[in-house]
Amino acid sequence: MKNLIFKEIDDLIIGSLGIVAFISFFVGGVVSIQTALNLTNPLIPKYLIGFATRQSVILEFAPTFISIIMAGKMGSFITSSIGTMRVTEQIDALEVMGVNSLNYLVFPKIIALLLYPFVIGISMFLGVLGGWMAGVYGGFTSSDEFIMGLQTEFIPFHITYAFIKTFVFAIILATIPSYHGYYMKGGALEVGKASTVSFVWCSVAIILANYILTQLLLSK
Amino acid sequence: MIEIKNIEKSFGDSKVLKGISTIFETGKTNLIIGQSGSGKTVLLKSLLGIHTPEIGTISFDGRIYSELNADEKRALRTEIGMVFQGSALFDSMTVEENVGFPLKMFTNQSPKEIQERVDFVLNRVNLVNAHTKKPSEISGGMQKRVAIARAIVNNPKYLFCDEPNSGLDPKTAIVIDNLIHEITVEYNITTVINTHDMNSVMEIGEKIIFLKEGILAWEGSKKDIFKTDNEAIVDFVYSSNLFKKIRKAQNKEI
Repeated sequence: MKNLIFKEIDDLIIGSLGIVAFISFFVGGVVSIQTALNLTNPLIPKYLIGFATRQSVILEFAPTFISIIMAGKMGSFITSSIGTMRVTEQIDALEVMGVNSLNYLVFPKIIALLLYPFVIGISMFLGVLGGWMAGVYGGFTSSDEFIMGLQTEFIPFHITYAFIKTFVFAIILATIPSYHGYYMKGGALEVGKASTVSFVWCSVAIILANYILTQLLLSK
Repeated sequence: MIEIKNIEKSFGDSKVLKGISTIFETGKTNLIIGQSGSGKTVLLKSLLGIHTPEIGTISFDGRIYSELNADEKRALRTEIGMVFQGSALFDSMTVEENVGFPLKMFTNQSPKEIQERVDFVLNRVNLVNAHTKKPSEISGGMQKRVAIARAIVNNPKYLFCDEPNSGLDPKTAIVIDNLIHEITVEYNITTVINTHDMNSVMEIGEKIIFLKEGILAWEGSKKDIFKTDNEAIVDFVYSSNLFKKIRKAQNKEI
């Protein structure tokens, strides 16, 4: 089981770092540029660029939108790998041997995805870093102003809120795709369909959970 | 020995197995034959415990499956080896990891002991130089050998094979049939093979049961097939011109 968990960590967590880093860095940069280009009123301070980048990346982009992207990447991988095992009778083989296939296949994925907040932490850091680089090296703001914006009205609970959401999304990312893969019927075509359906339901679940958690945790 | 008594299995309104009773003897290759949809796979899956018959009992050397508790069922399953139609090898594992998997899961053997046993069974199925390859890197015939090696690695008492030579060329199919037969005799296993390959029937059919629309329509050995007047089995076996000619020739000899 230990080896399986490490394998899932490698496939699901380490394997996602590249794409998460790439997307986060450039989207952070775009958020920073967009904010800068929309600050046409000279009375609005430039540090707002850093402030808006921080709020966008930490509150929504990193936890929620990276999770939706991961529903496509990790979710499809989980559904198709388990679904292919179903189609090719590998799950039946486990059952016949006396192995609890559901536990054997899904439990390591849930444990591996407990490290998912680590991915989102990196996404937050790189998103803000991308915003800083785009803002400063694009000539939209100075480094001091951007950093001042990052520190302005910083509420530590926002980080907690983001990681609570991330934890819930991790559970969604591990369970919904596993369900669609494990209980699928048919052949190769149905594996593809199951992956698509799992992505749709994961996205819906993430969006709904995001709304409910935001309402519960942030509204006064 | 596996004894089946009057088992019935339905899916919705459709009754797939209609009161089948038979005995699969130890040390023999027992074949289940019949047309597609005759209930062969459902019977095999009932023997494996994947399907639960509504009526009737299946006993493994006196142990009635439906009366066993969860632990006893789990223990019984470790005595079962299964060769699936598509081999069902784990894609993510190498050949030797696939074969060693049941030992890793169900025994306390050391890695060295597991490796020795894996090497032994892979040699037994005449598979060399494929230990570190993935299933996708070897041929269909080699995959079947790996599946057989995995099925016998834990010294099973019962070996089930679902169409073990489907998708194989006739020469390789005979090699696989003979390998299963040799292993059955050598390790005194109760082997049940689900097939509709008449070459297998003629090659290793020590006991054959013929299912037609969920009913056990005929049983006997490969020798009995040439003598039987049972229309159902004659129709099925001699549906090909080649076998019609063989039967004619056999009858002339008699």
